[in-house]
Amino acid sequence: MHTLVGPLLVVVLLFNLFLLGTSRLQAVINASATQGVLLGVLTLCVHEGFSTWIVLITIVTILVKGVLIPRMLLRAIRDAAIRREIEPFIGFLPCLLLGALGTGASLIFARTLPLAKEHVGSLLVPASMATVWTGFLVLTTRRKAINQVVGYLVLENGIYIMGLTLLQAMPFMVEMGVLLDLFVGIFVMGIILNHIRREFSSLDTAHLSALKE
Amino acid sequence: MLLVQVLIPLLLGGTAFAIRSNLKRTWLLPLGGAIHLAITCAILLGREPAASDAWLGLDPLNKVVLGFLSLLFFLCSVYARGYLVSRPDQPNRIFTTSLFVFLAMLTLAVEAQHLGLMWVAIEACTLSSAPLIYFNQNPRSLEATWKYLLIGSVGIALALLGSYFLAYSALHSGMSTSLFFRDLVREAPNLSHPWLRSAFILLFVGYGTKMGLAPMHSWKPDAYGEAPGLVGALLAGGLTTAAFLAVLRFYQICTAAHDVAFARSMMVTIGLFSMALAAVFMVRQRDYKRMLAYSSVEHMGILVLGIGIGGAGIFGSLLHLINNGLTKGVLFLAAANIHRCYGSKRVEDVSGAIRRLPITGALFLAGFFAITGSPPFGPFFSEFTILRAAVAGGRFWVAGLFLIMLFVVFVGMSATVFAVVQGEPSEKAAASGYKDNFFTVAPIIAFLALVLLLGVYVPPPLTRALSEAAAFIEMKP
Repeated sequence: MHTLVGPLLVVVLLFNLFLLGTSRLQAVINASATQGVLLGVLTLCVHEGFSTWIVLITIVTILVKGVLIPRMLLRAIRDAAIRREIEPFIGFLPCLLLGALGTGASLIFARTLPLAKEHVGSLLVPASMATVWTGFLVLTTRRKAINQVVGYLVLENGIYIMGLTLLQAMPFMVEMGVLLDLFVGIFVMGIILNHIRREFSSLDTAHLSALKE
Repeated sequence: MLLVQVLIPLLLGGTAFAIRSNLKRTWLLPLGGAIHLAITCAILLGREPAASDAWLGLDPLNKVVLGFLSLLFFLCSVYARGYLVSRPDQPNRIFTTSLFVFLAMLTLAVEAQHLGLMWVAIEACTLSSAPLIYFNQNPRSLEATWKYLLIGSVGIALALLGSYFLAYSALHSGMSTSLFFRDLVREAPNLSHPWLRSAFILLFVGYGTKMGLAPMHSWKPDAYGEAPGLVGALLAGGLTTAAFLAVLRFYQICTAAHDVAFARSMMVTIGLFSMALAAVFMVRQRDYKRMLAYSSVEHMGILVLGIGIGGAGIFGSLLHLINNGLTKGVLFLAAANIHRCYGSKRVEDVSGAIRRLPITGALFLAGFFAITGSPPFGPFFSEFTILRAAVAGGRFWVAGLFLIMLFVVFVGMSATVFAVVQGEPSEKAAASGYKDNFFTVAPIIAFLALVLLLGVYVPPPLTRALSEAAAFIEMKP
């Protein structure tokens, strides 16, 4: 199982780049969902040996990140009848380049950090940083509120990868608490999204600019 | 007992959700606040043995914070009853329920002895406070809530990453990675320093976002400006305090690891920057609720500055935590009354508050003098302690900048406050039927009385508790 970790992480990184270069919202949401499923499988692969709670975490992760949240988001875009990100603050190509640069930088930076011996040469730490960076880019450069939520989701995915290095150390309760918070967080965001849509008949955050100095 | 204190507000929240009458439901808030305060008193006065392996526990630091928060919530809950009765147009079912969930999670965050549990609780605080900000249900409050949620979530996500880094620094040195604070502090000298430093930076930025330190403060003016005043008081005194407590816990771990110099210089820099930025935006501020938000940014800066200076500055900072929270109670609640009466929070539309609402107007004015550090109010004393610590530490530049910024804030704030308080009330305001009543004025008077008391005389038990907390942070036996 352990040999699968590297290839899976590479796929996660590829999805990062896909997320940065795509304007179709449905594709973006599906990509983040696939990432969520991959993370669930990764959990199973990283852990040595078999235990019930690891299986439970895997199932809950796939359920929350791969099924429940994407469903909520897909329903939101269907209700709002939007398909594409039209004019991001930074174009798709520059964004893609920034993402690639960030991935390279995190590979280099992770080398400077002293890693525990079981993680030397592993992609877990750099992949985590690259994914956090991707999430951050999506969050800040996109105009559609729904895309910002996806950005937050990808950011959380990156943090989750970092959490995989600590799988043995993290108590089950905390892991579940984090997932629950994530789910409730997206849920609350979904409610607010709904209100934004009703108020402005659009999910464009450019409407949210009344408050400033 | 500690667990009970978390569960009771949740239970009350459920009850509030079940009650159908808008008017009857409002009584639950003062009741819940009083129960919470009573339990806190019982906990603080009784000698509860410190269980060594518990998820919830008391230490010198969170004792102080718990006592303060409980008092803050009680006074705000009394006010909430008066406020909600004056807003029969808005349903308050979700609001009341969220307020109780917020209280429960705040208590949990303060009492948590585990890194992960504390994170979960603070995140839950953020989520439960979103409906509070959205109480007015208009486009502006919608925008404020969206920004609050998004920026807060990113901040708290960075804090989670920092928590993982911290855990990794323990893993790297081959220790059993327990994430209980007492274990982390005990094992701190063995932690891997590069990871510890990266962790502290992420945690400081993450929880600093929740505190509203510049440059991560941008949600604050919007959220405090659009939320009801009592929510502003609870966020400015409550949520930010919980986030500050988190920062202090990591500062303590750095101290224990003998690697605190970098943390300190970071805190001094961010502290001064927050004060400077707040000062810039407070000059010529035309919206008196946004002005209070920038004042909160400023005082969060003072808090981390005091810690960064160290020595007596830590004591001063802890005292300032209480002083600032109580004074913010005065200002936000008084501002809320003025807002209700005039129907506007722009300085152009509001004048003569002291004639139209004699008690509220006077309290707002007194609150302004208190928050800007005028004697004989509490903040003067705590700011002076921090200043003295800076001079005693030979940091004259820091002390000088601190004084200049306090002065700029005083001048900037006074223009706005005097415009609101002085002059003749407009005809529209005079015609509005709003009147001060017991519930909307008594809590503010109580807040101000406490601020005044702390300026004139700090009770010895409080001094002792604060000294113990400061020694606890600095790892001095």
